[in-house]
Amino acid sequence: MDFTRRGLVAATAVCALTLTSFSGMAAAQDRTSIRIGYAVSKTGVNAAGANTTTIPNYELWAQDVEAAGGLTLPDGSKLPLEIIAYDDRSATEDLVRSVERLARQDEVDFILAPWGTGFNLAVAPLFARFGYPQLAGTSVVPNIDGLSDRWPNSFWLLGSSEAYAHSLVDVLKPAVDNGALNGKVAMISIADGFGIELSSGAREAFTDAGLDLVMDKTYPLGTQDFATLLQEAEGSGADIFVAYSYPGDTFAITAQAKLASYNPKVFHPGVGTNFPVYAPMNDGKVEGVMSLGGIDANSPAIQDYLARHAEILGKAPDSWASPVIYASLQMLQQAIERKGLDREAVSAELASGTFDTILGSLSLEDNQLKDLWYIGQWQNGNFVGISPTDKAGVADAVIPKPDWN
Amino acid sequence: MSKQFGILAFVVLTAAMAALPFGIGEYGHGVLVGMMSYIVLASAWALFSGPTRYVSLATVAFFGIGAYTVAVLADHLPFGAILVVAGVIGLGVALLVGMATLRLAGVYFVIFSFGLAELVRQLITWFETSVTHTLGRYIFVEITTVQIYWLLLGLAVITLALRWWIEQSRLGLAVHAIGDDETVARHAGVNVTGVKLALFAVSSVLITLAGAIQAPRWTYVEPSIVFNPTISFITLVMALLGGPGRMWGPVAGAVPLYFLFEWIATRFPDQNAVILGLVFVAIVFLVPGGLLSLIDKWRARGSGEQSHA
Repeated sequence: MDFTRRGLVAATAVCALTLTSFSGMAAAQDRTSIRIGYAVSKTGVNAAGANTTTIPNYELWAQDVEAAGGLTLPDGSKLPLEIIAYDDRSATEDLVRSVERLARQDEVDFILAPWGTGFNLAVAPLFARFGYPQLAGTSVVPNIDGLSDRWPNSFWLLGSSEAYAHSLVDVLKPAVDNGALNGKVAMISIADGFGIELSSGAREAFTDAGLDLVMDKTYPLGTQDFATLLQEAEGSGADIFVAYSYPGDTFAITAQAKLASYNPKVFHPGVGTNFPVYAPMNDGKVEGVMSLGGIDANSPAIQDYLARHAEILGKAPDSWASPVIYASLQMLQQAIERKGLDREAVSAELASGTFDTILGSLSLEDNQLKDLWYIGQWQNGNFVGISPTDKAGVADAVIPKPDWN
Repeated sequence: MSKQFGILAFVVLTAAMAALPFGIGEYGHGVLVGMMSYIVLASAWALFSGPTRYVSLATVAFFGIGAYTVAVLADHLPFGAILVVAGVIGLGVALLVGMATLRLAGVYFVIFSFGLAELVRQLITWFETSVTHTLGRYIFVEITTVQIYWLLLGLAVITLALRWWIEQSRLGLAVHAIGDDETVARHAGVNVTGVKLALFAVSSVLITLAGAIQAPRWTYVEPSIVFNPTISFITLVMALLGGPGRMWGPVAGAVPLYFLFEWIATRFPDQNAVILGLVFVAIVFLVPGGLLSLIDKWRARGSGEQSHA
């Protein structure tokens, strides 16, 4: 019988490892720094998004705070940041555990949000239970209104799928009414959380606005060949082409549309259009392409942000969630400056205060940021905001879009 | 005598593990859940793959089925009932898949099992996009982390006890015969397909339950979250490190690797992937037979002179 000896060896290993891993990690804290922690997907399937949008802005902000001598507290004193960063390996279980670790083991003062809609929803109950404010800047969620009731210190800064759909309709409707567009829409969407939420929001908004949805198809994750779908879209006679796609698909859709000289009057692919690489990737010939997001390219604060992002991190930010994330960190910084390190007070301040950010003066309604660019368009080398059409700094939409060349 | 001592040690160990959550914080509870989860996954994986030597990458298919069952039924049934349903679904899928594919051998089975996870994921995605028009699902089940840990511990005990019982029984002999040479086993009168199917089904049900028990920790579930192929790979590597051919092998592999991964993710988050890759390579080169085989080697060296004499 080998059972016993092996059993004992394994038992010893289990106990020893379990016990040693918990002891002597959390040391007593005296206040020489402000601890900020975050867990994001540095590796795994979500890494591309997290490394484009979330991580650079966390790093940029940390450097900016350091350059300013630290975070200011209500009494005017400054404390340097101590950043604790973990990799969730794109696995929810790892993310949940990392947040537990940040809250209970490292006892950080504040936790920055992870990347992505699903991951932010996954940790929202933890942030609520541990009493940390959650500033989710990469989460487009449906039925957003119920969330802040359930998790009162969660803040959703990237809008709801309905808002994107309505903002797009606001751009299209006048052009349809004056005859510039024929009112027919061809829509394709990726069969994944993002595509489904946005396309179901759009379906409803298009119908309500009296637009004619002549094509409505989904495609599976990982699709690379869009020739057939684009042919069908062209054959449908629709003037408006909308795709709710992920970056890889967005690049493929654009390249294949150009190749086939498919040039609908409105060309609106999904995430990725707002990436800085989108223009050079297409030899700069992206004038008039619409998508989600946008920036006010004439704002000095945004110009300064773009320049510093490029200088310090060596790459340009995307023109959708990046500035929003940086602004969310500015909000946190100012809330700490007003209320100190009391997390409840900071959460209350975030919910009710007004903050001076690179996106201008921001305040939240029902824990949501509603004053943001929903639809943008490439114009003269910038991906500028064209909707909400009544927002300050808005650019006029160019419809129809010029030829690819 | 030895058997009784073994059972006693097992009971004491289980009681000690059950008492572990007391006195440690919430992060500690999370770590225990993660560790126990991989103990169950690696042990359940080895229950089928160890003796039969069929390398399965279908772990996450069943794990995800369990989690998704909870997501769909969370608002409609009590948690206990959901676990039963999840187990039944896991069993059904395992029998269906097992009957169709356990004839495949070697690399064909590996590829198929890897594809199975993707197939299940695509089927669920298709169903959700075409029928329900929504993809993410919320899970609101009132259950604490410590309760999840205890459930997983119970599942681990069941898994190890099953393995022990199988090794003791005639079934164990049959299983090892299949692992050594399937054709010979068949000629010796072993119902090869039946034995493989039974083991595959039991192993799959345990993995399904592991996914179902853990799902309430995630609040929000969508196919890309629960069908993460990394889970299959990590389970496989853990079992191989410890040695899938032995009852305690997967445990001996899962525990150190789990803490190693946790340590790497917190200390070297940027080099995570590189270090993991190196660890995998090191395992294959340095301990191809599993950690527990080293003990045998040392023991053989100790007693070697006598036996050769």
